[in-house]
Amino acid sequence: MAIWVNDSTRLLVQGITGKEGEFHALGCRDYGTRVVAGVTPGKGGQEVFGIPVFDTVAAARERTGCNASMIFVPPPFAADAIMEAADAGVELIVCITEGIPVGDMLKVKAFMRDRPSRLIGPNCPGIISPGMAKIGIMPGHIHAPGKVGVVSRSGTLTYEAVWQLTNAGLGQSTCVGIGGDPVNGTSFIDVLAAFAADGDTAGVIMIGEIGGSAEEEAAAWVRESFDRPVVGFIAGRTAPPGRRMGHAGAIVSGGKGTAAAKMEAMRDAGIHVVESPAELGAAMAKALG
Amino acid sequence: MKIHEYQAKEILRRYGVATPRGRVAADAAEARAIAEEFGGRAVVKAQIHAGGRGKGGGVKLAKSADEAERAAARILGMQLVTPQTGPEGQTVRRVLVEEAVDVARELYLAITLDRAAVKPLVMASASGGMEIEEVAARDPQAIVRRHFDPHLGLLPFQARAVTAGLGLEGKTARQAEKLLAALARAFLDTDASLAEINPLLVTGGGDVLALDAKMSFDDNALFRHPDVKEMRDLAEEDPLEVEASKHSLNYVKLDGSIGCMVNGAGLAMATMDIIKLYGAEPANFLDVGGSASQEAVKNAFRILISDRHVKAVLINIFGGIARTDRIARGVIGAIEELGGIDVPVVVRLEGTNVEEARRLLAEADFEFIVAAHMADAAEKVVAAAGKGGQ
Repeated sequence: MAIWVNDSTRLLVQGITGKEGEFHALGCRDYGTRVVAGVTPGKGGQEVFGIPVFDTVAAARERTGCNASMIFVPPPFAADAIMEAADAGVELIVCITEGIPVGDMLKVKAFMRDRPSRLIGPNCPGIISPGMAKIGIMPGHIHAPGKVGVVSRSGTLTYEAVWQLTNAGLGQSTCVGIGGDPVNGTSFIDVLAAFAADGDTAGVIMIGEIGGSAEEEAAAWVRESFDRPVVGFIAGRTAPPGRRMGHAGAIVSGGKGTAAAKMEAMRDAGIHVVESPAELGAAMAKALG
Repeated sequence: MKIHEYQAKEILRRYGVATPRGRVAADAAEARAIAEEFGGRAVVKAQIHAGGRGKGGGVKLAKSADEAERAAARILGMQLVTPQTGPEGQTVRRVLVEEAVDVARELYLAITLDRAAVKPLVMASASGGMEIEEVAARDPQAIVRRHFDPHLGLLPFQARAVTAGLGLEGKTARQAEKLLAALARAFLDTDASLAEINPLLVTGGGDVLALDAKMSFDDNALFRHPDVKEMRDLAEEDPLEVEASKHSLNYVKLDGSIGCMVNGAGLAMATMDIIKLYGAEPANFLDVGGSASQEAVKNAFRILISDRHVKAVLINIFGGIARTDRIARGVIGAIEELGGIDVPVVVRLEGTNVEEARRLLAEADFEFIVAAHMADAAEKVVAAAGKGGQ
């Protein structure tokens, strides 16, 4: 089993005629995802390696029954692309684009409040259910099907964790990158709740980073509502306060959002927090017995 | 992106925020001329991005144009050290000369984005002049907090709730509400991440003025605010960070001795953390981008090694979609183009074709230290830096 992405995923790629969009549309298809449509306004009627391109998400959905979208639209237009997908009723929207203004994301959040679509990202690697389907830019080959769920604000650090799991003989149910921006669609808690409802996820690796309070909120939720082992790591213990570390959301401000406070909150909730990012796989193996 | 006080006031005045009269000056004679316009009595304020300027001697009250000129001469060119600049301080290149105003009360007013609530948040307190973090730590109840909808803007009743919370009345309350509404419009219109007035001044006559102002902006939204983007002052930023940003590299200078080159922000932070765990300090944060192209790696190397504190470099690349043999060729090519490097370089590559990548590194003219995994890499780079230092 898995969460949100599986054998019945029918993927649309918004921005498919761009270099990145095309490359990763094919990457997802090679992994086994059914990529049924692309959208680029003004390029309807074209094809990208056999994938039909439409002018609008509504048309793509009507003609192909796509139920998920992966977005590679440049930052100034990405928020509009997300809202178009939500308006067309696409169930799962995964936005890879980095650099969307926070103000635009506030509009997106307001627009999506009364709509049933789920947004993952932006500024994220995507989501993969190993052996079934992937929506995103992660390397499929480092994953293996299994029972560990992974949720993370990071991209390559998630690959690092997954690779450690696979090398330890621990496959993954689903890996979700929720993105490095201060305002995003899906939270740690959303993903943890979905894992809780998934009988085949035996434990979860949770990777946070400095900035904001999402990890503290997730830790409080885990303490109350999650009874499977969670292994955690927070990146940025050595980051100086007041400086933004690459990700728009990775900043300690006014003494808030430090790695130390997050790690403490996670430990208090019974999460196995590792000091070294090289120990994530081993800690999960130990936690699962 | 941060801007100077005088620039923030320039923006805020456009929206109707009342400030003392004043202008910016780059030399003492100019400062004198401005002070004369106000009849001599003036405040001369150093313009640097860091706060706490008064504590470091960067703000002077002058009773005459002569005094204003002398104060400006003293402040301009000084290396101003404040609690926020670090020990080396920041060079003062401009002063803001403003009319001196009488102070009855000092308040605090700011708007920022509350990430958890996904809404802008007004924060106000009756303890003006103090850092808000200090007030929050001492007496959280003393801070008036009010969220507002970014698409409706700050509504009049919300502004009234803030001024009532501060205990303002009559004309002063009405003026403060008007000022707060203007601040909210400026915050939303310019994609600001912070708009802070500290202190907000109430004069003896009950008028309200922004005595100081600080604004910072969402870097991702600068493309639609060319006028704000023009206010960037590169002299206020670390020269290596400026150089890195020209090459679209994410670089933050730190104080340690291990130069780091990593793809991805999370892995880059984790790499810094593991270096510390193995007993050394990272010299920087550096994200070379997902694909780690030869061009990006070359520029990254150039920036890393121009930091004289770097005793060893750790390259930690998780290949992702890009093949690691290509990345290895890029790293080798970059070092060749630079004519070699005189610090040890530990390389950890992971991803597709990693055996080929390690073979290429082993056979290269430059003597790379190849690591098998992240912990191995940290151990090796700390050891290599230790040797180099002896």
